[in-house]
Amino acid sequence: MTGRREIAARRQLVPYAFLAPALILATALLTIPIGYAVWRSLHATRITGGGLGVAEEVFVGFANYARVLGRADLLPSFGRLAGFAAIFVPTAMLLALVFALLLDNASSRLTRFSRISIFVPYAVPGVIAALMWGFMYLPGVSPFHDAAAALGLPQPDFLGHSGIIASIANIAIWGAVGFNMVILYTALRGLPSELYDAARIDGCSEWQLALRIKVPLVVPGLILTGMFTVIGALQVFSEPNTMVTLSTAIGSDWVPMMVVYRDAFITNDLYGASALAVIITVVTLAASFLLLGIAQRRAFGSEGRS
Amino acid sequence: MSATQARTRTRTEAGPGTRRRPSSGILPTAVLLIGAAYCLLPVYWLISAATKRPDELFSTFSLAPSFNGGFLDNLVGLSQYAGGAFWQWCLNSVIYAGGGAVAATAVAALAGFALAKYEFPGKRLVFGYLLVGVLVPGVIVAIPQYLLLSQLGLAGTRWSILLPAMISPFSIYLTRVFTAGAVSDEVIESARLDGAREFRLFRSVALPMMVPGLITVFLLQFVGIWNNFLLPFIMVTRSDMMPLTVGFYSMMNQGSDQTNVYSFVIMGCLLAVVPLIALFLFLQRYWRLDLISGSLKG
Repeated sequence: MTGRREIAARRQLVPYAFLAPALILATALLTIPIGYAVWRSLHATRITGGGLGVAEEVFVGFANYARVLGRADLLPSFGRLAGFAAIFVPTAMLLALVFALLLDNASSRLTRFSRISIFVPYAVPGVIAALMWGFMYLPGVSPFHDAAAALGLPQPDFLGHSGIIASIANIAIWGAVGFNMVILYTALRGLPSELYDAARIDGCSEWQLALRIKVPLVVPGLILTGMFTVIGALQVFSEPNTMVTLSTAIGSDWVPMMVVYRDAFITNDLYGASALAVIITVVTLAASFLLLGIAQRRAFGSEGRS
Repeated sequence: MSATQARTRTRTEAGPGTRRRPSSGILPTAVLLIGAAYCLLPVYWLISAATKRPDELFSTFSLAPSFNGGFLDNLVGLSQYAGGAFWQWCLNSVIYAGGGAVAATAVAALAGFALAKYEFPGKRLVFGYLLVGVLVPGVIVAIPQYLLLSQLGLAGTRWSILLPAMISPFSIYLTRVFTAGAVSDEVIESARLDGAREFRLFRSVALPMMVPGLITVFLLQFVGIWNNFLLPFIMVTRSDMMPLTVGFYSMMNQGSDQTNVYSFVIMGCLLAVVPLIALFLFLQRYWRLDLISGSLKG
């Protein structure tokens, strides 16, 4: 009797034991660092103690935030980030959706080859993608410059001030389309085919089938991949940071994450860097929740109308 | 079912669909092939550029490979660069991505199993606590992680890259979702009635059923660590600790004698990318990304 109760009591502890490694690691490597960043963002070193001057860490409230937000180079870097995201997110999502629908289309051919080819960039690290495209943008080794010369067109300027945002967005799009496409494609494959049969009998063309039936049904997949894409866009770092060596149009403050890095490790302003990191996190969370809200409302709305 | 087929057949025979059918595949196939070409173009350019001698890189047509021994020269040059640093970076990347992904998958398997198959007080709280990590960008956490690890004397060591790679909230979330479906409650109950201890139950009953999903979790985490740049960029400064991504970056930054370094970097990118793509093609059937799209319903 007692033995059984003992076993039952021990069994109650089992899930906690299974969860212990995850909880310990998450606390040590996520919660504490995030808390530490918030703490740092609210503090600063001040020289105290009169003539001799002792550096001491004191609470300064939101002074770091005010200082960081008031800096002249921050707004342009957020502006470039917005420009980058405005090109990257819709293009990557639209291409992923179009390719997924075409893969799922019964009349498409060579779908295996196309699916694998479009997925290939996922295996390429952002730094290497930036180097490959960076060389392909570079006059002298660029196939696009060669092609423009052969056709008698003006030479494109990928690495100058006018084109650099689109050039970097292209690298990110190249890397992101395949993964999103595969997620959406597997979601499409999971839909029951009876739905299509019924629609085809009603005289629905493949285009109408895709737009009116398939797209609304993969909205959850679009929300998930859309959130990943937005989060990825807001923390873009490795592509522009790698391109610095190839383009003079990219400074050390090109996007907010590069400002955070520069503040933390080059100018050693850890307090300002922490404040800016917290700001970027809040913007990221707000953007993902906003997107989630809009997407849910729209999905719900279309359901109500039909 | 047979009635529907019969009706469709009559429609096709009578309707205009008969004429449209054979040609309708051309446009979608063409669009897909343009997408494939867009994705493969940089890889082809890389192969072509890797065959060129440094003096040919800027002077010959970019998409035409060269056969003047440039490929071997670049390979030798890259291998000798900074005393064989490239091969050390390769080894480091394998250690970080392999070790980190194995540990993260093990942690996710235990936690995901507990969250999927046990009822216990505080379950929702624990799940919510772990899930917040999905939303907070890893890039943001990297800097405070560096500050804390440097106070522990771990910054600059291999642990500073391995430890943060071991926890992946998204892996735990995925594992919970697919375990709920893959491991049936009846099997667990009957094993319990047979007197199996809880850990044995996990290891010999549940784990085999979770393997297909766990392989996908492992691959996702492996690629995530392999492609990561900011974390190792912040954590390590010594060349012999760098993974490939940071190694290439440092190579590009040090290059004063530009063209030679460009040729070596191009060769290095090729050597880094092609095995991973091959590995992907080889492991293709183990990728079960439907877990991610399926996880939305859970």
